[in-house]
Amino acid sequence: MNNQTGMSLIVKTITRLTVGLILIYGIYIMLQGHIGPGGGFAGGVIIALSFIHLILAFGRKAVFQKMNEARGLIYIASGALAFLLLSTLGFLGISGVGFMPFCDTAVALLVSSGLFVMFLVLIGLASKEKRI
Amino acid sequence: MSLYFMCLILFSVGLYSVVRKRNIIKIIIGIGIIEYSVNLFIILIGYRLQGRAPILAHDQAIENMVDPLTQAMALTTIVIGLALIFIAVTLAIRIYEKYGTFDITKIRRLKG
Amino acid sequence: MELHLIIFFMIFAAIVAVEAKDLLSSLIGLSAAGLGLSLAFLILKAPNLAITQLVVEILCVIILIHATINKDIPLVKDGRWLFNTIATFIFVGVFLFLAFLALRELPAFGAPLMNVSKDYLALGQAKTGADNLVAAITLNFRSYDALGEAAVIFAAVIGVLAISRKTGKIDE
Repeated sequence: MNNQTGMSLIVKTITRLTVGLILIYGIYIMLQGHIGPGGGFAGGVIIALSFIHLILAFGRKAVFQKMNEARGLIYIASGALAFLLLSTLGFLGISGVGFMPFCDTAVALLVSSGLFVMFLVLIGLASKEKRI
Repeated sequence: MSLYFMCLILFSVGLYSVVRKRNIIKIIIGIGIIEYSVNLFIILIGYRLQGRAPILAHDQAIENMVDPLTQAMALTTIVIGLALIFIAVTLAIRIYEKYGTFDITKIRRLKG
Repeated sequence: MELHLIIFFMIFAAIVAVEAKDLLSSLIGLSAAGLGLSLAFLILKAPNLAITQLVVEILCVIILIHATINKDIPLVKDGRWLFNTIATFIFVGVFLFLAFLALRELPAFGAPLMNVSKDYLALGQAKTGADNLVAAITLNFRSYDALGEAAVIFAAVIGVLAISRKTGKIDE
């Protein structure tokens, strides 16, 4: 890969080993929110932190091929719409424990993509300002 | 009672930073400290002596649980504080781009 | 007793964070206060909040360090040091006095009122089917809170995109 951008080789190797584990831990925290400590918000922030870890190690350009702001906004809007739909479904008398993992998933989609997009915008601001 | 008062002292440290300091980053840090103390105060109100965490187990009856309503409220507060810090940092970076400083008394053009 | 120690540690870390000259060390003081808060949540029997606070703290420190790491900040000279400090201390003193008067009306530590949450504790498992009662409250009993919180995060994203619009567009 490109060895010019990002941090040193040691950090990149350790990041390749650990980022999948962090992502799986976030999904676990997200999905077991109704039987143990955890929930949609904590899981969403952990998922966002795994992607932020990737950005910090490899630099911005390696991540921009997979994900950018316009694609992130689609995820944000779909998460918000799904949570709105699920939470207003209670008017029809439909509720129960089967809905909780879906609610947690919608909230985690909104939170993780929202924090990730905000972090991307901040990184763009800081680096553009530094170059001048 | 002494715990409540120590929590108030933590609040007043953050309030001192917001009122007295001139650096924008120090003001954001003061807002963060105030947010911590308010979360701690909400949880301290709902605690019960020798209480248990509000998570049920399958085959045993757990008595004497702490208040779960305040925990739900504080969970809302934490995430909203994160969003507030994001917006404050973005505003601080824009102010640094435009005026070249973090000092709030140097931003004269706001006075019109 | 250990709760007193942890809150004393948080006050000390907060004073270091406020009074340090270097911005990086003051951010480290802020993160120390946040980790102490996570520990206090764990002692006060709130594991949900402990996990969330720990994660949010890490993200906060990453953002603040990224915002301030490359800026050289000229040291700010505080003009009229005596007047400003005395005025601030008078303000904080008046606030502490009024808050102490208001604090005496609260129930004592360790004996909450729990008028509403008695029903939540008794009927939560039967009505919602969730073992974690905090999740049962946020997602079922009081789901409008979670809806408003999602609206706040959505508004924050739109706000950040709107504030940083002119030079925030990344074209490379």
